[in-house]
Amino acid sequence: MAADLTRRSAADLAQALRSGEVSSVEVTQAHLDRIAAVDGAVHAFLHVSTEDALATARDVDARRAAGEELPALAGVPVAVKDVVVTKGMPTTAGSRILSGWVPPYDATLVERLRAAGMPILGKTNMDEFAMGSSTEHSAYGDTHNPWDLDRIPGGSGGGSAAAVAAFEAPLAIGTDTGGSIRQPGAVTGTVGVKPTYGGVSRYGLIALASSLDQAGPVTRTVLDSALLHEVIGGHDPRDSTSLAEPLPDVVGAARLGLTGDLTGVRVGVVRELDGEGYQAGVRDRFEESLDLLRGAGAEVVEVSCPHFDYALAAYYLILPSEASSNLAKFDGMRFGLRVEPTDGPATAERVMGATRGAGFGDEVKRRIILGTYALSAGYYDAYYGSAQKVRTLIQRDFAAAFEQVDVLVSPTAPTTAFKLGEKLDDPLAMYLNDVATIPANLAGVPGMSVPNGLVDGLPVGFQILAPARADDRLYRVGAALETLLEQRWGGPLLAQAPELPTAAPEGSQP
Amino acid sequence: MSTSTVALVDYDEAVARFDPVIGIEVHVELGTRTKMFDGAPTEFGADPNTQVTPVSLGLPGALPVLNGTAVESAIKIGLALNCQIAEVCRFARKNYFYPDIPKNFQTSQYDEPIAHDGFLDVELEDGTVVRVEIERAHMEEDAGKNTHVGGATGRIHGAEYSLVDYNRAGIPLIEIVTRPITGVGTRAPEVARAYVQTLRDIFRALEVSEARMERGNVRADVNVSLRPSPDAPLGTRTETKNVNSFRSVERAVRFEISRQAAVLDGGGTVVQETRHWHEDTGVTTPGRVKSDAEDYRYFPEPDLVPVAPSRDWVEEIRATLPEMPVARRRRLQDEWGYADAEMRDVVNAGAIELIESTVAAGASPAAARKWWMGELARTANTDGVALEELLVTPLQVAELQGLVESGRLNDKLARQVLAGVLAGEGSPEQVAHDRGLEVVSDDGPLIAAVDEALAAQPDVAEKIRSGNLGPVGAIIGAVMKATRGQADAGRVRELVLERVAQD
Repeated sequence: MAADLTRRSAADLAQALRSGEVSSVEVTQAHLDRIAAVDGAVHAFLHVSTEDALATARDVDARRAAGEELPALAGVPVAVKDVVVTKGMPTTAGSRILSGWVPPYDATLVERLRAAGMPILGKTNMDEFAMGSSTEHSAYGDTHNPWDLDRIPGGSGGGSAAAVAAFEAPLAIGTDTGGSIRQPGAVTGTVGVKPTYGGVSRYGLIALASSLDQAGPVTRTVLDSALLHEVIGGHDPRDSTSLAEPLPDVVGAARLGLTGDLTGVRVGVVRELDGEGYQAGVRDRFEESLDLLRGAGAEVVEVSCPHFDYALAAYYLILPSEASSNLAKFDGMRFGLRVEPTDGPATAERVMGATRGAGFGDEVKRRIILGTYALSAGYYDAYYGSAQKVRTLIQRDFAAAFEQVDVLVSPTAPTTAFKLGEKLDDPLAMYLNDVATIPANLAGVPGMSVPNGLVDGLPVGFQILAPARADDRLYRVGAALETLLEQRWGGPLLAQAPELPTAAPEGSQP
Repeated sequence: MSTSTVALVDYDEAVARFDPVIGIEVHVELGTRTKMFDGAPTEFGADPNTQVTPVSLGLPGALPVLNGTAVESAIKIGLALNCQIAEVCRFARKNYFYPDIPKNFQTSQYDEPIAHDGFLDVELEDGTVVRVEIERAHMEEDAGKNTHVGGATGRIHGAEYSLVDYNRAGIPLIEIVTRPITGVGTRAPEVARAYVQTLRDIFRALEVSEARMERGNVRADVNVSLRPSPDAPLGTRTETKNVNSFRSVERAVRFEISRQAAVLDGGGTVVQETRHWHEDTGVTTPGRVKSDAEDYRYFPEPDLVPVAPSRDWVEEIRATLPEMPVARRRRLQDEWGYADAEMRDVVNAGAIELIESTVAAGASPAAARKWWMGELARTANTDGVALEELLVTPLQVAELQGLVESGRLNDKLARQVLAGVLAGEGSPEQVAHDRGLEVVSDDGPLIAAVDEALAAQPDVAEKIRSGNLGPVGAIIGAVMKATRGQADAGRVRELVLERVAQD
């Protein structure tokens, strides 16, 4: 029974909890057992909060038994990316510089998870400060792709994606600055959504690039993403960039999509996001899905977004610039790691230098140096200023494209998961992983990656992009595609994933 | 710090040979209930690091939210300084590493200040008005406060360790920057002082800050440069930081003029640097050299949205601005009919509001001035307190004056009643009653006292009767003594003459 619980979708679990078929303690314990069994091999978690999760589960069970009306996902456990601050639970952002730090406050989205009665299983691994596409830049070891443990799970949110793909959690929270939810989703066969910028509060997200960061759901089904999105989304007065408008009806849109009917929906294929650098199999699966969409009644046309060609370059100026400033606070003065210089006086400046030297990894240092340079007097206009202009042009490309079509589509990532270590010494090759996902962050529009089949036994993703504030369109199209693909596959893609080696017997075997 | 070896040129000589140019940056801490970007309270004097939130501590994940009252205060200040109010402006990050800045960047306004291009007319003591041009007024957040422990000077050099208090971190500040103030010559120190003083008065009139210099609510950085003549290009300037009293502003400018003149006279060049002001010794010493290496890497703050005050709101604020202090002073002087010197004394004594309220309560401007600048000023001076700290209200002063004018008290009795009021015995009416201090207006007891005095001095009575009125004063004095001063001396005189005639 326990193993079955971990295979079920969050929507199913919520129904089973409501009907009294299972308790939240049973569901939560099943996932904690699964983590104990497989996380030695996967290493999706940096911290497992067993007691905290079970306490929440017991509380929800008691309230349900008392007849209390509970939120939709009450009792369904969730994993949270370690870049999101959690009161009383260690939060490292994958960095040595935050080792041992226990935040005194909860991020808004964590408050909302708690208010929704969702047990928090723990914190998931990630590239240090969300810088990377493979989770290899974590200071706390690699996360392994459940489809092939020798391969990367994507990044930066490889931990959240792997946890969901490995059935360690039915739901997880990710953050997406240039693709950190969607690209891991693509390479692990999971669903990942980057909401409209401002759609989910950033209060309590350890900032990488403030104007690009956005938290969102990581799940196994489109409907589950919608349910989680509804919990964490909506206006937050503590985030000045939070949207005032209410979240569109994403759950309703997902349910509508599950009918598999897309009559009248106009789908635009972005010419610039399908070509050179994309693996042949990735393009094949993409074309096949376009056929499915046509079959479902959608009108598929090609559109051009000419400035997307400059997105990667602009992104790698804006992101390091903002990051260099956002990461300045990590200096050993108030929280986290503090390293005193081995020789000479321990002045504040020297302690800051020693702490940052020891606490940050190479990729973080690389981007801080890039950003510091790009913002320097005399270079600002040429680098940061120009990048902001490109950003405006990309926003205009999107606006023009959405005049013609309802959603834009592309492959999520150019390739399947590569081998651990394969691109670690080649930052530029690593950066290219995000070429298709970055434009959405630069323009603030929402994006989703849906499992799109296998290439050589490894998952690939199908990306859907919608206009800002129209996140519901992602869910309708995504759920429709998911339905059509699962009909073809005869079940969820993850059912085809190999069994994982287990560290210990998983309780009573079925 | 060998301050004694600094060469100085006599001030008069310095300004005879060089044309001083000054510029002043004033930071005022707003009196908002909460900080610039978070809900932490701003109360002064709380225990260290108790007035903080994740935002003002710069904890990972925390985000700023702009304080609307601070924006309103900034607009008020901008309008009072005759500035343009920006239709849209943004915050920027000023990046530098220092432990008192929790995020290692200060959230400030850089190239888009909320107010710009204004002026302030500053009146000097002799009535001369100098127009100071305002370049900009912008919003920013204050830093925390470092305390350096160990070491003799309390400065960072030689300290064993340093403590940081973040209570002040994030307190809203408005920084007001002048354009170079030229053409004031020898009066540069006086102009600098009057400018800061006028700003302080404006902050108080606008009720945007308590503007208490001694608490550091208002801090001035003074820029000074010299040039050989008014048509020469501007010389190299120094910036003396954190000059925190009016007197010090004047002294610091004066000192820098003398010091820079000596440097230039000696064939040297003035170094562009920030300097520290030493209140005790009245000198400035070198601080940081301003070099090209100082690069704050400003960029627009991505965690805040642009500030776009609607024109309607700005006009609404403009319509409710109080009268500015200089205009008000002129109006009151006119209404009260005070001479220039009298008005200056009133202003310097900080008695404008007190006199205004006293007049409003019914006293004549002359009487109000007489009380506040006379008896009350002396008492305040003796007790070492400010006028407004005395235990008497303008209403009570007006009441006292009313008793004098109705003849119920004479001057001497009025002073005694005032002493009672200041001692906390109640209102003038009550003190007069309780102490039995009132002019005796009933003739009965007076006649008895006069008769008694005449009987006691028969020879004097005889002289008066014979037409020699010289000794009348002796009888009056005796009556006043007998009635403990409560008699109306004029009435006593009449009665003496009447009684003598009747004998």
